[in-house]
Amino acid sequence: MSTVTLTPTQPEVDSGTLLDFQNVAMQFPNGTIALSGVDLTVNRGEFVTVVGPSGCGKSTLLRIASGLESASEGTAHLATSRIGYVFQDATLLPWRTVQANVELLAELNGQPKKKRAAKAREAIDLVGLAGFEQNLPKELSGGMKMRTSLARSFTLDPELFLFDEPFGALDEITRERLGDELLRIFVEQQFAALFITHSVAEAVYLSTKVVVMSGRPGRIVDTFEVPFEHPRDPDLRFTPEFAALCGQVSHALREGHS
Amino acid sequence: MSRTAAPATGQKTSQAAASASRSAPRSPRKLVAVWAPPLVVFVLIIVAWYLVATYLTSIGRTTILPTPTRIVVDSFFPTTGGRPITGDLMRALGLSTGVALLGLVISIIIGVTWAVLMSQARWVERSLFPYAVILQCVPILALVPLIGTTLGYSFESRVLVCVLISLFPMVSNTLFGLQSVERSQRELFKLQGASRWTVLTKLQFPNAMPAIFAGMRISAGLAVVGAIVGDFFFRRGQPGLGILINNYASRVQTPQLFASIITAAILGVLIFLIFGWIGRMAVGRWYEPSA
Repeated sequence: MSTVTLTPTQPEVDSGTLLDFQNVAMQFPNGTIALSGVDLTVNRGEFVTVVGPSGCGKSTLLRIASGLESASEGTAHLATSRIGYVFQDATLLPWRTVQANVELLAELNGQPKKKRAAKAREAIDLVGLAGFEQNLPKELSGGMKMRTSLARSFTLDPELFLFDEPFGALDEITRERLGDELLRIFVEQQFAALFITHSVAEAVYLSTKVVVMSGRPGRIVDTFEVPFEHPRDPDLRFTPEFAALCGQVSHALREGHS
Repeated sequence: MSRTAAPATGQKTSQAAASASRSAPRSPRKLVAVWAPPLVVFVLIIVAWYLVATYLTSIGRTTILPTPTRIVVDSFFPTTGGRPITGDLMRALGLSTGVALLGLVISIIIGVTWAVLMSQARWVERSLFPYAVILQCVPILALVPLIGTTLGYSFESRVLVCVLISLFPMVSNTLFGLQSVERSQRELFKLQGASRWTVLTKLQFPNAMPAIFAGMRISAGLAVVGAIVGDFFFRRGQPGLGILINNYASRVQTPQLFASIITAAILGVLIFLIFGWIGRMAVGRWYEPSA
């Protein structure tokens, strides 16, 4: 595993390890090997993105991290119980308003009504959905549904976020805008993130570290530190340095694939 | 990085959507579009009916098809001797409606419970679902005489016929609704360590509501059929619509026969419409069929 670049750039925070994968392998009952020999850590203040072709086991990685599945080999250690999981689709309950959807997780955790309502309003503000509290999911656009889903995951003050291709189903413009917002909140709230995507540009733009995976069996082929400072300017996407790093990541993806 | 742009455009769409859904049912043009076509067909049917009935009367076949006017006059305002059947008809209608509604309520309770049990474990579903299918496959008409001879011709036996005939759609629709929860939604609950009961009450049950109401509408229609078929076959006890129909048929009182058949039909349609309406009131706010 070659680490290509460069100087660490994160605003200095407590660098405890939140997620630690050691030699994790996953074999499904039908014999498919989804992951093999995966070592991966996510520290406080890090935004780690895993990029890889579809079917390379990156979602399985996330499912193991969250505890939805357990690894068949190796250890996956989670140092916090406060995790936020953002699914590929918004997974809103269609019979609940935005407010009630955002309150759901706190409700399932038995938080008192007043507290969770206040928390939900805060989260709704944070993702820019103020004024839509009483709307139903069917009245929202795809981007707004995803914002609601993000707000919902913020209500439990997670220390570690697990994102399973959350913007995969959105159009390019909405996707970039939500990426910008996510980074703004990342800088404000200082959470750590493990973010799955198949978009190289999205991976480089969002993260402090890009992990490149390859399929059959899913394994990590390369890791890149991303040298750009947070908060990031959306125009970063048009700089030669950005393009160069995207080029390196794409190259690693292709190499790993062949 | 504009924070307001997306919500602003969103506001427009949601307001448009909201105002569209508010004004749609009220706009007179839409009302005409919905009601005019079936009304035209209705008028055509009545006209055709008059033509055929007049022709049949003119060649002396008076008992086959009375005109709509004769049905109304002979049944409710008889001019020649006989007495109006209004009282008999209303009593029968009341009895059959009671039987159908009670049967339906019992079907809903048993059906939903049955489906909830099956949704809780694979082995329960494997054990119990075949019996739901058998219930659906056994010709209920064949069972009706058996019910009559073993349990008598009481109100309860008629209700039992209704339950047997209307149970299956409740079981299958509820089960489908409970099981059609998306995997990611289930996992969302699982990640919070939600109990089986919480998943059932906060996720599966609300998710199943549209399917449950669709099942209810089908079962409601079947319950009316059950009520009429039941006493049509029993031919004893207090006369419901089925017995009335049977009596008028055997006495060749064709206008009265038609009046009771039409009453039965109206009862079926009304119950179907009412349960459709209840369903829309309950889940129409959030549910978008196949969208």
